[in-house]
Amino acid sequence: MTAHPMPPSPLLQVRDLRTWFDTFGGVVKAVDGASFDVGRGEIVGLVGESGGGKSMVGYSIMRLIDPPGRIAGGRILFDGTDLCGLDERALRKIRGREIAMIFQDPMTALNPLYTIGDQLDEMLRLHTGLSARERRLRCIEMLHEVGIPQPEARLGNYPHQFSGGMRQRVVIAIAMIAGPRLLIADEPTTALDVTIQAQLLRLMKHAVEKRGASLILITHDLAAVSQMADRIVVLYCGRIVERGRARDVIERPRHPYTRGLLDSIPHQGLKRRRLSQIPGTVPDIRKLPPGCAFAPRCPMAAPVCRESAPNLVGGPSGHAVACHFPLEAKAA
Amino acid sequence: MFGYVIKRAFQMVLVLWAVSVLVFVMMSFTGDPTYMMVPLDATEEQIAQARRLLGLDHSHLTQYRLFLKNVLQGDFGRSFVFRQPANSLILERLPATLEIVFLAMAIALVVAIPLGVYAGANPKRAGSHAVMAGSLVGISLPGFWVGMVLIFVFAVKLQLFPSSGRGPTQEVFGIRVSFLTWEGLRHIILPAVTLSIGTLAILMRIIRAEMMEVMRQDFVRFARAKGVGQRGVLFRHGLKNALIPLVTVFGLMLGDLIAFATLTETIFAWPGIGKLLVDSIYRGDRPVIVVYLMFVALMFVVVNFAVDVLYALIDPRIKIR
Repeated sequence: MTAHPMPPSPLLQVRDLRTWFDTFGGVVKAVDGASFDVGRGEIVGLVGESGGGKSMVGYSIMRLIDPPGRIAGGRILFDGTDLCGLDERALRKIRGREIAMIFQDPMTALNPLYTIGDQLDEMLRLHTGLSARERRLRCIEMLHEVGIPQPEARLGNYPHQFSGGMRQRVVIAIAMIAGPRLLIADEPTTALDVTIQAQLLRLMKHAVEKRGASLILITHDLAAVSQMADRIVVLYCGRIVERGRARDVIERPRHPYTRGLLDSIPHQGLKRRRLSQIPGTVPDIRKLPPGCAFAPRCPMAAPVCRESAPNLVGGPSGHAVACHFPLEAKAA
Repeated sequence: MFGYVIKRAFQMVLVLWAVSVLVFVMMSFTGDPTYMMVPLDATEEQIAQARRLLGLDHSHLTQYRLFLKNVLQGDFGRSFVFRQPANSLILERLPATLEIVFLAMAIALVVAIPLGVYAGANPKRAGSHAVMAGSLVGISLPGFWVGMVLIFVFAVKLQLFPSSGRGPTQEVFGIRVSFLTWEGLRHIILPAVTLSIGTLAILMRIIRAEMMEVMRQDFVRFARAKGVGQRGVLFRHGLKNALIPLVTVFGLMLGDLIAFATLTETIFAWPGIGKLLVDSIYRGDRPVIVVYLMFVALMFVVVNFAVDVLYALIDPRIKIR
């Protein structure tokens, strides 16, 4: 528990979220019972391998799940309001203004037929009552903030006149311009050069910190998350396997999966060794094994792991793990 | 841009020349039209005289040479039947054709865009399946049959619209049009609807297919994440991106309709260039046929040019040169 007598309620509370897809091959439980909080001004890393359901958590919060997908259960409380209970009209007022989202590929996220000025301005037209003049100034200011040189001249340019990194800056500018309280970044740097990745992560961190906004960083890059996030949520096959303060999760991972992810990060300075990897692949999410989904790949799986799924044990703000045999503190 | 226009103009001359050659070669296989011009009981002498009068006594090559020479002087030949310059005959009837074609295109667009966008955005809804089935019917039905059914139902049975003819016309800037009066509109509606059916169905299918493609794009999802409403997502972000292939097809179809509104004009006795062509073919009126075909070729070149310019206007990534 924190030292404050009355901690402010978290900005976002996701409770037992289930996002399911009805397909011909059966129900795909892309997210199955995920619960986590995002505090005000907090940066939360949502980590896992591809196909782990990370992006679907993001889309669910935006209520952008399209059929055959549906939110089959759970609650998404944003500042006390359950987003699952809102209609399309109300959601349009939330999207962009309260919660913004940016996507993986900056090359395709911008509409090729409109100038970036227009696409920035669209956000202000939708969510503010500013005059054309004020909006223009705001757009220039925002482009300047995300580090686009000569923002005034660039307003009239089309997306194809920007490089990938610059486009992602524009996307961040669009996402932040209406002053959202929560930014969801879905693999925002995966499609970019390594040298640019760090710059953009820093930029996003600054942008949210400056406004006191929160950030959900969805990524498979545990190394990036460890530098940015206050807390980390690890997803495997649609379920949360570990959750806790970033430092705790990174330094003392308690789930074998988290440990496996950490071990597969190359470290500088360490003497050359063969990187360890998690054996096997992510199972077909339609045919999850009974019991713990990670059991088939787990080095310490016991018979009980194949029979019953472990519950996530630990408080919502503490370090929680869903494992029958959680690891003890690992010697670094 | 300037270089582009020059290139296009050169291309146009080339196309027109090629078409004229083709038409002349084909004409030379169709026999001697003199017999269609003279009375049945004409003597050999009268026939020979008519042939000389029409200039058909020269060899085909000489005829073509004469034609080319005259064209370069702005003379496209005279109709055998009307004894008038062939090009003025066509220009005189062109407004009537353009009128039903433009109205048909307007009907097609006004109906096809909302339906196509709807079907493309919600491909699994029952309404979309109905739209698709309807468009299949529209494509399959031959225009002349649709025309006859419309006449039967709306002109004969319900007596809502006249069955044929153009009705009264108004002069606007020296061009006679009929859509300005109620009576004129009544005459134009059935042929325009008949003409629009096939185009409408095809445009709708294309818009649907393109919309399905566009709606999967990231920028559509991003637009929704920005809080853009359904209409904005569909039309502002979706449709505009679906327009490029649509413009291509639209251009081709526009040319097609102007050139070959023949059937519809014949059924409704609409005095346009299509009907003129059919009449001229029956009468063996070669100069009119030649000029008509060259005119059609010219129009396709012009429409293609317009399509290219439209591309550049819609999509900033496209530059014309």
